[in-house]
Amino acid sequence: MTLIETILSVGFVAQALRVTVPYALAALGGTLAERAGVVSLALEGMLLFGAFTATLGSALGGPALGALCGIVGGLLVAAVYELIVVRWRADQVVCAIAINLLVLGLTRTLLVLVWGSASSSPRVPGLGSTGTWAFVAAAAVLALALSELVRRTPWGLRLRAAGERPDALASLGVDVERVRWGAVLASGALAGLGGAWLALDVGGFSDAMSSGRGYIALAAVVSGKWRPLGATAACLLFGVAGALELNLQAEATSLPRELVQMLPYVVTLIAVSSVARGARAPSALGQPLG
Amino acid sequence: MTATGAVGVAVASAPAAALELCGIDVRYGARFANRGVSLRVEPGTVHAVVGENGAGKSTLLGVAYGEVRAAAGRLVVHGREAALVGHTPARAIALGLGMVHQHFMLVPTLTVVENVILGREPRRGPLVDFSRAEAELATLAAAHGLALDPRALVETLSVGERQRVEIAKVLFRGAEVLLFDEPTAVLGPSEVGAFLRALRGLAERGKTVVLVTHKLDEVAAVADAVTVLRHGERVVSYAQGSVPAPEMIARAIIGREPPPPLMPPPVRDRGAPVLTARGLISGSSLLGVDLELRAGEILGLAGVEGNGQAELVLALARLSACAGEIVRAPGALGHIPADRHRHGLVADFTLAENLTLGRQRELSGRVTMDRARVLTHARELLARFDVRPGEPDLPVRALSGGNQQKLVVARELSRPGLTVLLCAHPTRGVDLAAADTIRRALVEARAAGVGVLLISSDLGELRALSDRIAVLVRGRIVATLARDAATEEALGALMTAARESQEPSA
Repeated sequence: MTLIETILSVGFVAQALRVTVPYALAALGGTLAERAGVVSLALEGMLLFGAFTATLGSALGGPALGALCGIVGGLLVAAVYELIVVRWRADQVVCAIAINLLVLGLTRTLLVLVWGSASSSPRVPGLGSTGTWAFVAAAAVLALALSELVRRTPWGLRLRAAGERPDALASLGVDVERVRWGAVLASGALAGLGGAWLALDVGGFSDAMSSGRGYIALAAVVSGKWRPLGATAACLLFGVAGALELNLQAEATSLPRELVQMLPYVVTLIAVSSVARGARAPSALGQPLG
Repeated sequence: MTATGAVGVAVASAPAAALELCGIDVRYGARFANRGVSLRVEPGTVHAVVGENGAGKSTLLGVAYGEVRAAAGRLVVHGREAALVGHTPARAIALGLGMVHQHFMLVPTLTVVENVILGREPRRGPLVDFSRAEAELATLAAAHGLALDPRALVETLSVGERQRVEIAKVLFRGAEVLLFDEPTAVLGPSEVGAFLRALRGLAERGKTVVLVTHKLDEVAAVADAVTVLRHGERVVSYAQGSVPAPEMIARAIIGREPPPPLMPPPVRDRGAPVLTARGLISGSSLLGVDLELRAGEILGLAGVEGNGQAELVLALARLSACAGEIVRAPGALGHIPADRHRHGLVADFTLAENLTLGRQRELSGRVTMDRARVLTHARELLARFDVRPGEPDLPVRALSGGNQQKLVVARELSRPGLTVLLCAHPTRGVDLAAADTIRRALVEARAAGVGVLLISSDLGELRALSDRIAVLVRGRIVATLARDAATEEALGALMTAARESQEPSA
């Protein structure tokens, strides 16, 4: 099969979609939080912790419970993050990085405590094909629903105002802190679900398995110009690049393996520096409330 | 009604006042921003609250609207007592109060209708009912004569239009009492008239208006009653029907005889050119400007805002790129920018640090800055320009807008070897006494041989100070008049000529 035939095959599309899912879920969450004015660098930690709790849940009660536990895990990280940055108004970038490092260490410790391994958990029940397509469908529905939510609901309107002019929103008697709380919690739930996919797709947890997907998701938020559908489209692009990378690796091409592995990241860089060049971030992004 | 209302507050008197504040105390550390201030506003009237910068006017409005916490005092709205403890904007809105802030509280990336309904969105199921919102806005806009395109993005609107969005916002929330914090500070002269008519219209339709301002001509034009604040305390209240002449209010505001209006005679013999510009072109805002500024003169620049004034000053100060030729005599250039926050001050630096900017070398020892000299230098300027509070170690953001402006003026005018001074709206947002100080300083600079380029939207100020007045229309200087020839009519005709279709007015 030539490369073109590969790309046009059903299998490749399915593969691309599967790669896209965790990025898309995390990026949708990131879009909400950033539109409300909170930097979403902590997506990485939310993904990783979601993956861990999902593995735990699946080991105890199967993949459905695993998915639910993934959401709870993401929510927990989001709750800690927002307590520090929304309530206590600490610097968002610094805190997010601290949280990501904390989750990395915490999951490593828990891995040893729970399963006695430094590298990975034993196999747990995975998604199976029904579960896989349920996830893909859920991500698609969520993308459409959140797009409508941001554009057409009262909460979406307040969300957009909170990220642009929080002082204006507050002067109208709206509790900006609450709007931001809601947005960050939602981003935690979505990224946690993305983390659950990571773990359940391969049927187990391994150390640092989010491997930078949270940061790529944030790049998708920017490339998608802070719109849910735009971010999802950017994730699809990364998904295609990721699937291409897997195929190129499988085929014994003459290209060096390391170069092929760089592909998704190169695509990210190009996307952020070209598509997103004219995009304008929410004006109050990263600013703690006065 | 009593002849002058400078009496105790009649709480129990009927009919109920629309808004009553009694014995308001607001403290920032040891300093009182408001001390025992009382205000009684009758329904259906326009009540002006006047005073110098930092007199506590905005603070008082903030207390009523729940944005500033009062240490003591009472709030009564339409005869109903409202708790000041835990008072918030949400509660103020529920009580029928609405506030139009001096710095607009609008989300520029949202549309007009989205800004208007924000926080009180009409719903259809889980979604915002935009068609109903637009219909309600249209009804309200028609009733109050507020011409607005509901779907326009706020960032594309002129200042006057933004002001109308703010008013629509407040009315949409069903406000009966509208609080305006220096609403005309941001408006051009042509927009002020329309705005004041809108205020009168609101009062005629039964709304109550509280207008914080320091412009006495506005007070004379629209106010039914006036309350004067000075240094955080109420000096006097004039009830409806007993508002005296502006001169008397001015005396109450500054606590002594106001300075006589400044009108230095125009200079006869101007010096050599200190700043010459030929064929300045910048984007679509400057389309070939020729200008010659000479030593020892004040050259006024008139024009409706948005015709290139701001761009011209930035180009002359070499803060923006432009094509053409600029020749400047040796010596220092002073620049009092239109946007003091962006080009004039570092808000988080102290007063002393801001006064030192650009003169670090001169005020330094061998390696580090000489703190003693920095402080002496700062104290001297703070005293000379009466910046209040004149604490050199205070951050600039702690100052009121007028005092920040005085700080910029103080620094720029004190540059050694000053030959050219570019000044944009030097007295905007500044009270009577401070404006007088600043104008005198400009005239002194002229006498010292500095060439001063003065941009002002206040034609009275331009005509009082300028030796010549150039008129800028659509990026070109269309005429330069000697002061005697520059009557208000002549300037007005030149400024508005050939720009009928610029902005549809309400």
